[in-house]
Amino acid sequence: MKNKGLWIRTLIILAITVAGIYLVFGPRRTPVASDFSWSGIKANLAENINLGLDLKGGSHLVMRVKTDDYLKTLTENNGQAALTTAQDAKLPATAYTVKAENGNYSVNLTLSDPSQQQAVLDEVKKKVDFSAWTQSSSGNDIVWSLPNQAQELMKRQAVDQALKIIESRINAFGVKEPTLQKHGAETSGQILLQMPGVDDPERVKKLIGAESNLSLAKIISPPNPSPVQTYPTKEAALQSIGGAETQTRKVYPYADRDEPSAAGNAKTDPAAKVNKYVVVEYPSVVDGSELREANAVSRTGSEGDYQISFSFKPAGAQKFGEWTGKNINNYMAVVLNGEVKSAAFIKSQIFDSGEISGKFTKTSAEDLALTLKSGALPAKIEYQEERTVGPSLGADSIKAGVEASLGGVAFVIVFMLFYYRGAGVNAVIALLLNMLLTMAALIVIKSTLTLPGIAGLILGIGMAVDSNVLIFERIREELRAGRSISDAIGLGFDRAFITIIDTHITTIISSTILYLYGSGPIRGFAVTLVLGLLINLFSAVFVSRTIFMWLLHRNAKMETISI
Amino acid sequence: MLPGKLKMLEIFKSINVDWMGLRKPLIFLSIAILLAGLLSAIGRQVTPGGTDAFNLGVDFQGGTVITAKFRNKPAEDDLRSALQAQGISDAVIQASLDKQDEVLIKVPLFEGKGDAAPVEATPAGGGDATQVNLGRATVKKALDTFGKEAEAGKRLADDESAVYQIVGTDSVGPVAGAQLRNQAVIATLLGLLGILLFIAFRYDWTYAAGAVIAVFHDVLITLAFFSVFQWEVSLTVLAALLTLVGFSVNDSIVIFDRIRENITLHRGKSIYSLTNDSINQTMSRTIVTNGLVFLAVLALVLFGGEVLRGFSLALFVGSITGTYSTIAIASPIAIWWQGKIGNAKVKEVAMPQSGSEKMASASRRSVARRPVTR
Repeated sequence: MKNKGLWIRTLIILAITVAGIYLVFGPRRTPVASDFSWSGIKANLAENINLGLDLKGGSHLVMRVKTDDYLKTLTENNGQAALTTAQDAKLPATAYTVKAENGNYSVNLTLSDPSQQQAVLDEVKKKVDFSAWTQSSSGNDIVWSLPNQAQELMKRQAVDQALKIIESRINAFGVKEPTLQKHGAETSGQILLQMPGVDDPERVKKLIGAESNLSLAKIISPPNPSPVQTYPTKEAALQSIGGAETQTRKVYPYADRDEPSAAGNAKTDPAAKVNKYVVVEYPSVVDGSELREANAVSRTGSEGDYQISFSFKPAGAQKFGEWTGKNINNYMAVVLNGEVKSAAFIKSQIFDSGEISGKFTKTSAEDLALTLKSGALPAKIEYQEERTVGPSLGADSIKAGVEASLGGVAFVIVFMLFYYRGAGVNAVIALLLNMLLTMAALIVIKSTLTLPGIAGLILGIGMAVDSNVLIFERIREELRAGRSISDAIGLGFDRAFITIIDTHITTIISSTILYLYGSGPIRGFAVTLVLGLLINLFSAVFVSRTIFMWLLHRNAKMETISI
Repeated sequence: MLPGKLKMLEIFKSINVDWMGLRKPLIFLSIAILLAGLLSAIGRQVTPGGTDAFNLGVDFQGGTVITAKFRNKPAEDDLRSALQAQGISDAVIQASLDKQDEVLIKVPLFEGKGDAAPVEATPAGGGDATQVNLGRATVKKALDTFGKEAEAGKRLADDESAVYQIVGTDSVGPVAGAQLRNQAVIATLLGLLGILLFIAFRYDWTYAAGAVIAVFHDVLITLAFFSVFQWEVSLTVLAALLTLVGFSVNDSIVIFDRIRENITLHRGKSIYSLTNDSINQTMSRTIVTNGLVFLAVLALVLFGGEVLRGFSLALFVGSITGTYSTIAIASPIAIWWQGKIGNAKVKEVAMPQSGSEKMASASRRSVARRPVTR
């Protein structure tokens, strides 16, 4: 009977050990001969263990989508759209005002004739999306306001959208195995981006945060053949529209590009470029959301002479075609991020394509085309945290962490063998098994090993040693009290087990809470610690006891024990 | 004991100390250290122009730390004046002790400093973006005055024309810093609450209170050292504090468990002497385990390097107080409280079955089989 139980225990231990060795040192494919060589084992180990950024090098960025700005813009746009819609339908709407602060977002549309209220409402409902808003009206005013719940939902959608856009931008950029996910509390609007191997994230950061607000709009100017109407200063431009920007007129700077000279490569000092201003009609004809494709193309093939060609989605092309058809000889501006990039008169009806000229280099044109293609971010993002670890620094951390751990373990092994003699072998086996299986468990749950994770590992090893010490000291006590060896071992394990369970459960509880409520580094610590402790219940108690059982089995009446 | 039956190497065999009699001087010692820490923290906080209560790292305070590796390390003063030329006047420049060619440059938050901010910092959008975007860029600009940085993806040694390379950055905005700090504190407090509830469930409220107060004591004493010596508090120090919480509670439970066992064994004895017995009986384990931990941590302090410095120091202090507090704080509080409320009932725990014997009444059986050691 006892014999059978012992065999089952042994088989379980062997199976788990073999599985552990395979998980940690084995290849994830059919093994070949080289997998059994020292270098093969090392290569497999490096491949199996998923190191965190602090150990292998890379960038860690936490950014926040400015969701308040998003709602503000949305409110502003809806107000503008409501007014335009009503006016286009010849309804008596005179003005709109918006409130967008302290979590209150509302649009107030003023009518000159309250009796037309229902007609205005019906018309606006058709064209403007106020579905999530609550609506109220009194006298000459119609007010739409955004309830808190809808605000939360929209903010979340904005973050989701930003996440998608950022993803397509970094994918196009060619970052290998990036981690991109929401970060922090649900309402924080934070996004975490980790890029292994990228230790200077400047270009990626610029690319991610780049604005790509493209729009094509009519320039207020006498038509061709008169030259396009520009103003030398912003003030002069504003003067022409009555001193300030209105809801239908905007002023943008216009960086006059030099016409390609005969030489073709006139290099101008960017600081010396002449700035002009133009007045543009608002809202614009089409915007970046209608883009289907954008590419960097070079006219001459020389560096510094790139431009961006783009084409529209069908709906955008339709709108653009209709508008250009009606505006032959009028001037049109390509407005990018609040700056007019080019202005040209419309020669004929254009449906689906256009280009942005300007003095782009290959890199800047490619990056811009990429951000245009991925679409505009719903709102600006700001960076809250940036950590980079160069590959050499990461390697140093691994070395220090691993050396310190191995040194500690070696020291513990020597001491246990010296102090507990034969039983020390038990402890050493349990200890090594604990380390092996904790690594295997980390691999199984696909968790990454970070520097705080190594700290958790060390604490786990410390508690593994403590478990053995508790058991051995207890067995010694029982022996001193005159028990037979087999009784002493049984009692020692049983009694120490209660203590071990209590200490382990306490730490597992607190680590689980740390994992649930903590952030990155704390989590790394908690994960390895919990795994180490769970495994310790197996390695320090089950395995160690089985070894003692073997000793007793071989010599049931044993008179001496080395402990 | 039969001679020749045992092969044991015993260093700590018969310890019989009246620990509980020592509780007053020990608690006095703890209070003295805590007061020193408190005085240091408050004193530093209220002294105008002086240091803060804690030397918070960028993780918790916001700011930028750049680790730069040089081919030929420039003098500290040259670095400082190069940084000053970029508008960074209050940078901390710290040579790495273990790596001769590396320098840590710590730049405090730009925001809220008004004119201290570099010129370019002002229009770039304000808020967090400023710190995170400009910290590295500004330091890089200052370092560029010494020569070229190694190209991205190349090591300094491989890029002949370069004189330095930024090998690490930690840049944290003020919002993220506050967030990390709050989250860490909340997670730790919730963790302690979990410990409190579990010990109360397994033992008794008096023991739970003792263990948790002991943990607080350990954390506070460690923080006192960090305030007095102005060691930097970073996220790795936090990991160390969590580790020492683990060790401290572990230690308390080992002794509580023995007290619980002894209570069922010796029903007539006073809790005072039972506690002393329990501490003495587990002393060899305490010394072996904690001695090992202590030596391992000592090795970490001596050889762990700059990155792990805060971590090792926190563990070093913690490994001492963790053991000490179980004897000097956790146990006296538990028995003092029990004396106040009359004898608290410590929950009895069934012994797990061993061998093929049948389980009788748990406590009676444990009395019958308990070794009577002293």
